[in-house]
Amino acid sequence: MTAGPRTTAGPATSADPVPTAGPGAALGWRGAVVQIGRYTFVSVVLGFFALPLLWLATAPFDRTPTITTSLPEFTLDNFRALLDNPYALRSLWNSILLSGGTAVLVVTFAALAAYALSRVRVPGRDALLYGLLLLSSIVTGTATMVPLYELAFRLNLIDSRLGVILILSGGLLPAAIFILKDFMDSTPTSYEESARVFGASPVQIVWQIVLPMVRPGLATVAVWAVANVWGNFLVPFLLLRNPEKAPAAVIMYTLYTEGGQANLALLSTFSLLYSLPVVLMFVFVSSRYGFRFHGGIKR
Amino acid sequence: MARTTSPPDPTTAGAGGSATGRDDPGTPLARRADAAGLGRARAGGFVLPGLVLIVLFLVVPALWTIYLGVTNYRLTGLAAADPQVVGLDNYTAALGDERFRSSLWLTLQFVLGSAVIGQAGLGFAIAWSLRDRHGPVRRVVEALVLLAWILPSSVVAFLWIALLDRDAGTLNALLGTPGMAWLLDHPMLSVILFNTWRGTAFSMMLYGAALQNVPPSHLETARLAGASTWQQLRDVVFPRIRGHVLTNLLLISLWTFNDFTPFLITAGGPEQRSEILPVYVFKIALSGGELGFGAAISFLMLLINLVIALVYLRTLGQRREARR
Repeated sequence: MTAGPRTTAGPATSADPVPTAGPGAALGWRGAVVQIGRYTFVSVVLGFFALPLLWLATAPFDRTPTITTSLPEFTLDNFRALLDNPYALRSLWNSILLSGGTAVLVVTFAALAAYALSRVRVPGRDALLYGLLLLSSIVTGTATMVPLYELAFRLNLIDSRLGVILILSGGLLPAAIFILKDFMDSTPTSYEESARVFGASPVQIVWQIVLPMVRPGLATVAVWAVANVWGNFLVPFLLLRNPEKAPAAVIMYTLYTEGGQANLALLSTFSLLYSLPVVLMFVFVSSRYGFRFHGGIKR
Repeated sequence: MARTTSPPDPTTAGAGGSATGRDDPGTPLARRADAAGLGRARAGGFVLPGLVLIVLFLVVPALWTIYLGVTNYRLTGLAAADPQVVGLDNYTAALGDERFRSSLWLTLQFVLGSAVIGQAGLGFAIAWSLRDRHGPVRRVVEALVLLAWILPSSVVAFLWIALLDRDAGTLNALLGTPGMAWLLDHPMLSVILFNTWRGTAFSMMLYGAALQNVPPSHLETARLAGASTWQQLRDVVFPRIRGHVLTNLLLISLWTFNDFTPFLITAGGPEQRSEILPVYVFKIALSGGELGFGAAISFLMLLINLVIALVYLRTLGQRREARR
């Protein structure tokens, strides 16, 4: 393993009679330096990641919110700004519509496709799946904003929330099918077979037997789709003209870019309210399913 | 998390990752095929709705980019009503365009600086220094790094604008540099730091999982043998996580290359000094109306994406071969 001259400095020299300069002492000294270095590094990392977030935690509750992060003089008055702005709460509702609509569409279509691809042997199925996955990672919204805009224009989907939902669903479906097919593959088919013996129709079997078994998979895909759409800025920014239809991602941007003095009471409370759902969803998923990579994947 | 085609969320990446190589024809799957008696026709019907959306909003745009890229199509004016095919004019014009070349160079800086060096480097360093910690410190660090990753992009963009503000920014207050205009004087550095902050979580988690593949006894032996940290990393750790490193670098490069979030902070400015390719395309094509020219640049982006993705799939395939 550690090829090199240092490998010789092991047990052989630990029998060295010189007490003060023994390798044990040297190791301890070096260990201390490594420890101090490690703690310093972790502190710097903590600072780097906490610093931008502090404002989001303090400003919404500050009697006089400023750009600078400071200890707040506690108040909840700032949240009233949300009610005064005509677009703030409406945009959150729009975000719910867009992400909910996309999640329903993606889960339904992906579940159907995944089930068929899992159970029926279509020639070239694996190639199709990989091709779609490859396609969805290459054809990103940023790389195809020009034709997407054109396409939406021709299909009369400019300024249409349905257009945003359809476009986002198209982008998410390949990965969703891939994930769900994996769930379907790992469920036993014996229930389906016995249901068939008892004369259940294929649609009944899918609806009453398969779907309940892959519910965790459906939930995973739904959460993943919602999280994606909730934060997406580019597609609604490109396609929606009317600010009354704009989701929170776009309204947030217009709140701090539109001219004049930024209303920090509104900006801070709106940021917090808009961020909260993803944070809650994340906490829920991680407490329920454990939000980390498992050793075996990605190999 | 805020991309159209997003990073696979770790919970799902687990499922997606383990899917590979499972369904060889001839394994149990073939035996239990079509248990519900679906039949090919109905199976086709099940696949169809999803396939229609995918074809319409992924395949058609990709192909249309190629066509638009060889026309002089514009958003308004004469060329909007009657676009002409101009061959490769857009491509030659782009290569001769100072603004395009500078944008390409900035994009390279952005990907190398914020993804390869920033996210991968910092992510690995955090995973390495927390590898044998299990206390509150580890949980707090991980929570903050993840928070930076999951918050909506327009919110984190404003948080950074506030942090770097010239007159009242928290950073200037902390450093004692009042009046320092970070976003005007160092726009690219600011955006690179921002994206490092934004995306390190993925690398941190991936390397955290990868480091579990390194047997602690091997590290212990190396340490007792007097190997320095650097030697341990080079000789014990790296050979075991090589595959993870490659996967990580390719994925974060792909995502960073397609990241539109810097637009929300600097909008490419000042004077196009942070105008990475996605922002450049947006400004040329959708603000400026030169749809044909913008599509040509988009097609170049698609090609770069394709190269990265193909290298990625190739390495995945090779590793699967190696495991057999």
